[in-house]
Amino acid sequence: MGLLRWFSQVWAVTLLNLRTIGQRRGSSAAAVFGVAGVVMVFVAVLSIAEGFRATLAATGSPASVIVMRGGSDSEMMSGISRDNARIVADGPGVQRTAQGEAASAELYVVVSLPKRSTRTDANVPLRGVQPAAFAVRKDVHLVAGRMFQWGHNEVIAGVGAARQFAGLDLGSTLHLGENVWHVVGLFASGGSLSESEIWTDVDLLMPAYRRTMFQSVHLELADAASFDRFKDALTTDPRLDVSVLRETDYYAEQSRSLTTIITVLGYIITVLMAVGAVFGAVLTMYSAVASRTREIATLRALGFSSGPVQISVLAEAMVLALAGGAIGGLLAYFFFDGYRTSTLNWQSFSQVAFAFRVTPRLLLTAIVVTLPMGLIGGLFPAIRAGTLPVAAALRET
Amino acid sequence: MRFLHLVWRNLARRIVRTSLTALAIMVAFLLFGFLAALRVAFNAGVDVTGADRLMVSHKVSIIQPLPIAYSTQIGQVPGVREVTHANWFGGVYKDPKNFFPRMAVDPVTYLDIYPEIKLPEEQKRAWLADRTGAIVGRVTADRFGFKVGDRIPILSTIYTKRDGGRNWEFTVDGIFDAPKGTDTSALLFQYDYLKEATFANNQVGWYIIRISDPRHAQQVVDRIDAMFANSHAETKTSTEKAFAEGFAKQAGDIGAIITGIVSAVFFTLLLVAGNTMAQSVRERTSELAVLKTLGYGDGLVMGLVLLESCLLVLVAGGLGLYGAWVFDSLGDPTGGYLPVFYLPPRDLVLGFGFAAALGLATGALPAWQAMRLRIVDALRRV
Repeated sequence: MGLLRWFSQVWAVTLLNLRTIGQRRGSSAAAVFGVAGVVMVFVAVLSIAEGFRATLAATGSPASVIVMRGGSDSEMMSGISRDNARIVADGPGVQRTAQGEAASAELYVVVSLPKRSTRTDANVPLRGVQPAAFAVRKDVHLVAGRMFQWGHNEVIAGVGAARQFAGLDLGSTLHLGENVWHVVGLFASGGSLSESEIWTDVDLLMPAYRRTMFQSVHLELADAASFDRFKDALTTDPRLDVSVLRETDYYAEQSRSLTTIITVLGYIITVLMAVGAVFGAVLTMYSAVASRTREIATLRALGFSSGPVQISVLAEAMVLALAGGAIGGLLAYFFFDGYRTSTLNWQSFSQVAFAFRVTPRLLLTAIVVTLPMGLIGGLFPAIRAGTLPVAAALRET
Repeated sequence: MRFLHLVWRNLARRIVRTSLTALAIMVAFLLFGFLAALRVAFNAGVDVTGADRLMVSHKVSIIQPLPIAYSTQIGQVPGVREVTHANWFGGVYKDPKNFFPRMAVDPVTYLDIYPEIKLPEEQKRAWLADRTGAIVGRVTADRFGFKVGDRIPILSTIYTKRDGGRNWEFTVDGIFDAPKGTDTSALLFQYDYLKEATFANNQVGWYIIRISDPRHAQQVVDRIDAMFANSHAETKTSTEKAFAEGFAKQAGDIGAIITGIVSAVFFTLLLVAGNTMAQSVRERTSELAVLKTLGYGDGLVMGLVLLESCLLVLVAGGLGLYGAWVFDSLGDPTGGYLPVFYLPPRDLVLGFGFAAALGLATGALPAWQAMRLRIVDALRRV
């Protein structure tokens, strides 16, 4: 048999199969929706991790550094005295601005505010900062209202926090113990973790929480490459007991438990679902072949050889799987992309607001995942279609 | 069941298709069982809270301490039977990765109020007599291989000792168990040790109260919060259940997302399995007609078809649930982040309920068609 004729056979049967999908609407739709369901769940679960990662990636520049007490694994558990904060700010290589060093000694606490979605209390991070905080985190900018005045009981809230938690709208008030604090502004910071926080003057926050020490110093180095020099200078200083971390490393470490949970669970769920879907796809294709036993036998009797018939069945399975993958990806995109939520980050004991992200890369992964599903799903039925004894199959009901 | 053989032969005639259907159903129920364990993990504690326990924490946030002096005042509130307190100690065991909760408590009252903590009597006596001693929950003891008599070094992150040091060492005096569903990952040590070793100046993290009558919980809550209103440390009192639920809800929409996933799986499963089973009955239309010709009644034919689908789903679903049970018994898949991880019997029963419902639902339409089948029509079909 000539190669050309073989290809024209493949082409003809495949086209016939694809054209007649409409005749088998029920079973085809079941296959497509089966795959679509899997892909949607797959994309949705991974979009949580993706969104969370994007929030982290937006947080901290390579030149920003966090200094905490030695051995501390989070800001909340740390403590740095006023004297030590001064020594840290004087460290080598710290960026200088017109207002002095770009180093902000800060206090990180939480305040209980009800989540809008559940009306139950959540630990919303509240950060006391010094004026240099805005030089360290240059992407923080006001989007509504005004900046808080230093020395006044005023706060500005991150847009992520304001969206997720009740009582942070512009003009509302916070009750922290005996004092009333006014929300005078809302700020954004390019989707970084800061958007989950409330900021205020650290010198007012310390007495309100009965603290006498800062917890951390956030600072910006003039040159990211001088990190090691800065770190060595501080860790060898006998007056200090501190750990020095790049902010990027610190935040990656901070969210490790959350990332682990989301990724491990996401993959277990996805693998189970994908296995289930492959069985589903095989079943559906089997049914499709079984219901066309006589049709296939007729084709073979007409002179089509088994190779093209098998390929056509395989191609049909792939097309259905791809269609399902595309539909699932799109559904995930419409339902989940940009879906805003917040969760408790155990390591910092506070809430992180973030949005699910269905990225093009994720959609591409989803499509790639559907191909083996279609392949395996079509393989066995294809073999069956090719090996049917023609005479017996023609008689079958 | 004399028809069981007939049903079995029908299932076995297309053995590949039947196995595939069974496998698909199995995987779905495996997933169901896994998700059930996950739900428990994320709600850790909510199902096992004591109805007669209240939690008192600082109103502004749980990280703010309360004065120890509140203990006496709370104890005098009508309806309160017993008061105990706890401090979050935090700290690091060798590496921050080795996270487990560490708390300083008042041993006698704490064990009184939490009767679910099962500690052998002699270990309890040893702990009460040992100021620097600690008891460790089963999950954590198994995870790190702690035995009675071991010394556990902890680097404190919150508290500094009077001499400025931050290295602590606790002797394991006992290992406690608790009923399934209760988190046993904590290390508990004596508050007196914390007080002596630090300048922790009589502050506690939160109070736990046992009340005499759970029906009057709200009155007690109101009385306590009113008592400390307008003081420098106002309180927020809630039932332990509400407290645990609030905490679980901090994790966010996980529950809703998981429910969505389960529904998606079952929807898919229903489509696939239903489609296959319906087809296998359609193929046998003429055989069913023969059965009817032989004198099988409408009800019996319908019953046979239903039995076939239910048998398939129940066996496959049962295997899937068994697999999930085995998988879930292996424990926390994330290595320490989800300390309570098991398949509750209630969800196992629910799973079987779902399987039965699925069997009936997928078998219903073909069975009904089989019952309505007119012999003449059916026999005439090729």
